[in-house]
Amino acid sequence: MNPALELRDLACVRGRRSLFRGLNATLAPGQLLRVSGANGAGKTSLLRMLCGLLAPAQGQVLWQGQNVQRSREAFHQQLIYLGHAAALKDDLSPLENLQVAARLGGTAPDDALARQALADAGLGGREHVPSRHLSQGQRRRAALARLPLGQALLWVLDEPFNALDTAATAWLLGLIESHLRRGGLVVLTSHQAVGLSDNVAQVGLAL
Amino acid sequence: MNELTQRLSTTPQGSGSWRAWQAVFQRDLRIALRRRADTGSALVFFAIVVALFPLGVGPEFGLLRRMGPGVVWVAALLASMLALGRLFADDHADGTLEQMLLSPTPLALLVLAKTAAHWLASGLLLVLISPLLALQFDLGQEAAGVLFVSLLLGTPLLSLLGAIGAALTVGLRGAGVLLSLLVLPLCAPVLIFGAGAVDASLAGLGVGAHYSLLGAMLLLALLLAPLAAAAALRIALE
Repeated sequence: MNPALELRDLACVRGRRSLFRGLNATLAPGQLLRVSGANGAGKTSLLRMLCGLLAPAQGQVLWQGQNVQRSREAFHQQLIYLGHAAALKDDLSPLENLQVAARLGGTAPDDALARQALADAGLGGREHVPSRHLSQGQRRRAALARLPLGQALLWVLDEPFNALDTAATAWLLGLIESHLRRGGLVVLTSHQAVGLSDNVAQVGLAL
Repeated sequence: MNELTQRLSTTPQGSGSWRAWQAVFQRDLRIALRRRADTGSALVFFAIVVALFPLGVGPEFGLLRRMGPGVVWVAALLASMLALGRLFADDHADGTLEQMLLSPTPLALLVLAKTAAHWLASGLLLVLISPLLALQFDLGQEAAGVLFVSLLLGTPLLSLLGAIGAALTVGLRGAGVLLSLLVLPLCAPVLIFGAGAVDASLAGLGVGAHYSLLGAMLLLALLLAPLAAAAALRIALE
């Protein structure tokens, strides 16, 4: 099958330090790429490079054969990136944050759909609380609630399991599995082994 | 795979851009409404700075009338600098700026949405209270009206130019001072023609030329400033 995502001879230089070089990987629909490495190995840099936020020092990232830095708008239509920060506005409620994030991503869920997504994320009854009153784990849940709403093929998640309790971890694993089963792609970084069922195609990449 | 790709191909792109524009615009206005202390501080700063001049100079009407337009304009310039620092800094800190960069909507459009909301919540308020402040300088009704219109044309221009500076300095330490150093020189033409319009009106001359120049600069900035700011943001976030 034609690989949807391809990293070709990638190199990353931050400041004067070379983080990695000669990195190659391909990912086909339905596959998960797990990036692992020590702190400071360049996991986040790699994910940002993958999204086109960071220009590679060398090499290129190809999405369906196109360089992601060149065909930016078409690529972003198919991408959801969740970074270290939850990307929530403290003054807005989770519901408002979700609506804005989804519209920025190119979808417009109606109110009922957005509420349902938040309820699934375990934030039922807290939709209208200003996000600054949410705990770390709840903020992460509010950010992750966006995943099932989007139409993106590629999910890029930076440490998605951080601060999540066991119930939320199971919920997220379920989301990832059903996304992969529908032919989506997932790239994530995680320090722990990801407890997905065995029939999920996992590709490991150690930095 | 098929299910997802089919859904993708049916997404209308044009309406998506407009929805994203609206979403960012409304979000920023809503935040400005919920953080009234922040929104109001630039306004209070403007009023106080303008009020200090008559107190310092003394009640000499001729002198005040000469100084009035320039003082109000310089104060408006400084007040808008004050509010500009947060234009992209908050978004950068909480990660929403990255999400804007990764939106399928062109970044320049989103920058324009942010700048428009920013102007409504800061510049427009300055414009609205300016006739009241003009009273302190014994500016007549006509001159106060010209001041109002020149600020109405000029403050969006300040916000647009400021957006470039704010984008260039996002994420830097001591961004506030650097921002002023970058943007204030760029604003000099706006100040000259803005305050010049009121001076011309006081001298009994026509103000059409000043308005036209301010309007032309505004149109040019509307086109170019969002593009420049978007490019600056992409560089700043690398």
